[in-house]
Amino acid sequence: MKVDLSRVMFALAVLALVAMVVLPVGWLVVTSLSGPHGPTLDNFVTLFTDATMIRPFLITLGSSAAVALLCVAVAVPMGWCVARTDMPLRSLVRILVMASLVTPPFLGAIAWELLAAPNTGFLNQFARVALHLDRSVHLFNVYSVAGLTFVNFLYTFPYAFVFVANALERIPADLEDASAILGAHPAQTAWRVTLPLILPSILAGALIAFLQSMTVFGSAAVLTLPAGFHTMTTRIWSLFQFPPKPALAAAASMPMLLLTLALLRAQQLVLGRKGYALVAGKGARRTIARLGAWRWGALAFCGFVLLNAIVLPYGALLDAAFVKIAPALPTFANLTLAHVHFVFFQLDATPVALWNTMILALGAATIATALAFVVGYLVARRTVPGWNVLSFLASAPIAIPSIVLGVGLFLAYTRPPLLLFGTLWIMLIAFVTIEFPAAYQQLVAVASSIHPELEEAGRLLGATPLRVLWDITAPLMRSGIVAAWCFVFIGAIREISAAILLFTAPTRTIAVVIYDLNESGDTGSIAVLGLLLMIVTFAVLALANRVPVITTAAEEYRA
Amino acid sequence: MFRSLLRFIGCTAGAAIVLAALAPARVSPASFTVPDVAKAKAEGLVVFYTSVDVSVAERLARDFQAKYGIKVQVERTGSERVFQRIGQEMGSNLHVVDVVNTSDAANFLVWKNSGWLASVRFEEIERYWPPQFRDRDGTFATWRATLSPIAYNASLVKPAEAPKTWADLLQPQWKGKLVKAHPAYSGSEMTADYELMKAFGWTYLQKLGDQKVMQVQSSTEPPKVLSRGEQPVMAGGNEYVIFQLQSQGSPLVLVYPPEGTPFETSPAAIFKDAPHPNAARLFYQYLFSRETQQLLVEFGGLRSVRAGLKEPANRIPITRIRLFHDDPQGVLKTSDEMKTKYAQYFGT
Repeated sequence: MKVDLSRVMFALAVLALVAMVVLPVGWLVVTSLSGPHGPTLDNFVTLFTDATMIRPFLITLGSSAAVALLCVAVAVPMGWCVARTDMPLRSLVRILVMASLVTPPFLGAIAWELLAAPNTGFLNQFARVALHLDRSVHLFNVYSVAGLTFVNFLYTFPYAFVFVANALERIPADLEDASAILGAHPAQTAWRVTLPLILPSILAGALIAFLQSMTVFGSAAVLTLPAGFHTMTTRIWSLFQFPPKPALAAAASMPMLLLTLALLRAQQLVLGRKGYALVAGKGARRTIARLGAWRWGALAFCGFVLLNAIVLPYGALLDAAFVKIAPALPTFANLTLAHVHFVFFQLDATPVALWNTMILALGAATIATALAFVVGYLVARRTVPGWNVLSFLASAPIAIPSIVLGVGLFLAYTRPPLLLFGTLWIMLIAFVTIEFPAAYQQLVAVASSIHPELEEAGRLLGATPLRVLWDITAPLMRSGIVAAWCFVFIGAIREISAAILLFTAPTRTIAVVIYDLNESGDTGSIAVLGLLLMIVTFAVLALANRVPVITTAAEEYRA
Repeated sequence: MFRSLLRFIGCTAGAAIVLAALAPARVSPASFTVPDVAKAKAEGLVVFYTSVDVSVAERLARDFQAKYGIKVQVERTGSERVFQRIGQEMGSNLHVVDVVNTSDAANFLVWKNSGWLASVRFEEIERYWPPQFRDRDGTFATWRATLSPIAYNASLVKPAEAPKTWADLLQPQWKGKLVKAHPAYSGSEMTADYELMKAFGWTYLQKLGDQKVMQVQSSTEPPKVLSRGEQPVMAGGNEYVIFQLQSQGSPLVLVYPPEGTPFETSPAAIFKDAPHPNAARLFYQYLFSRETQQLLVEFGGLRSVRAGLKEPANRIPITRIRLFHDDPQGVLKTSDEMKTKYAQYFGT
């Protein structure tokens, strides 16, 4: 009997997704409806009547909408400059955008405390000297809703950038050439041809930016307490203080869950059935706009954004790592190696946490990418019935704030049959689940953009479906696969909100250690650990982009 | 009238406790706990959950390891999170922690009532610890203590203009200038806020909440915020990190208000199901040894309730400070209300 491989793969993928998504979300729903005396709606009544719940919700919505708008406003021109113009230093800009993608928001937030704390922040100190202002005056205050919004924007816009830049690169020149030949002005071409083609990516970028900043915990945990307000995630986290109120926390996550589902649905409605197979068997070439003198203006724009996202924050962290009490300008008198010495030789947590972080990030990236490749392919080719269920399950984790997912996983895996709390496994499941949609979106997009004609050719020549997948589809998706892997890896490095609920002493990650150090204000040690984490992460990413196995497979294909 | 009576009682109780601390207690001749060093070494590890400042914790860990060759795995976080995590772990039947220390003495009442703590009898503790600072059943004892005074950065505030009393902090000139730890994270802040609430009523905290206070989590952070000059005045934070920073040359000044200064005890205990029971006992003995207690005082800037220790000459002895005394039972009963009211008053 011939077993249909795609059906087996389908069954396995559904099983994995059910375990990852349905189990914790199921527990969440059940918990949100439970009270001390059986089923109840009390939690939802509290949610909608208690001002300490409503205010955080409104702040979160406003701030996230602002982040989404800022991200689009910055990522579209930046993406265009990098992908389609002759602006100088394009690859450096791209690398620095990636650096800001890799930067965990909690680290960025701590760096921005050094820069824009109202009294001691570097920028405020400089402004006072430069403008002869009184000590009581401050220009910037990171401890505010605006401060949090700005920091979230800096470490979220790369998502929108990646979507836009990739889309711009995939648009073949034919369409734009046709427009030009028909007499359209370049601006007209941009408006009537290019923009509609990248609109799905812009929308996707805005959506991901909104969702990311709605569910972000790290930066909010750093900035909101001194500022005296809560976001949804910090409020939910505070519900786990003694005596814990998991039921209310579960209920509080429901509006976010429903909002996300509604937004994803709206995105589908807006885009309708517009599908673009942009990569086909024929070659594609893209046009490059010549900016003339404007290219310096474009560079200044990109430079300004990256100054805020990378140069200043990392400068401040580097300073904090080596001066006695940050923030202070380094002088011979206040330079010290004490923080470095503390982190490497005294802080017990460093080696364990670094090891755990790397194991988890590598494991999560590999597992999530493999699973996303299978699911993405099945969904893109729509060869199995029920593909839309698969697609829904694969996108669903994006709707769950990871702190809530942490709660769900905690509820699901601290009871039989799977007692996973206290092991790295529960963290691995959490990381894979949280980051899975990123890998899935990437790979389903890439798989959809590859026209089936190449696979059909392979099949006509007698190759088995598996062989076609391995020899034709996978190499064509190579860059997408590497990108997905890197996305998950980066996401896992940035992850703190589920980890903070699920870790135990032996399963700490660097993010958790930094969170603990931040709690007691040890900025110097945080700076050292943060920089260490970033160095290791970049080393891994540099390696991943030149993995011999993948490169050889692609070269074989070309040969 | 009632308030001043309370204050009087608080003050006399403080003096009585301190006096008791000076006189060695009588010890009943019975079998004391003697750790098995060989077995402890075979276990090779002890897991220590603590809320003490990380530099102090890691220093002790190094000392212990140098002395016995047994590694101490330090897990430093705020008291309330230590409490939350232990609840989470024990609830999942997960035994990770050997020895615990938090600054919320109420935690130990909960753990003891849950039957999670081991009962031990160390000669050192029974001989030198006043009875009110150790559990009758030997499940916990006050390992360290500290105060929550007012403090300011002398490079930002002139001594003549500095706040002298708790009421001074409510003056308009300090609006937006204060930093304070958060009782939902810090056990010592929970205790201190409870004591201030007892002395001045909820309205004091409510008015303080209107002062646009910069909130941080641990009670170890406000001294650091003060030291780097982000805020000039500390309205809630501990004394021991101020001492540490002073010894590093930071221009911080302590103020013990005449109304009284919150006093917080910070007990330690061994878990009954500790994964390294012998190493745990040896480490516990080390924590309560005279040398370690003296180290806590000198290096850590902490106060000790052990009888017969020397305090550095530049510190005001605890006997000369009017104290608000801690009341774990009261904190335990009030903690949820405190968190709720606090969130209303301070926004978080």
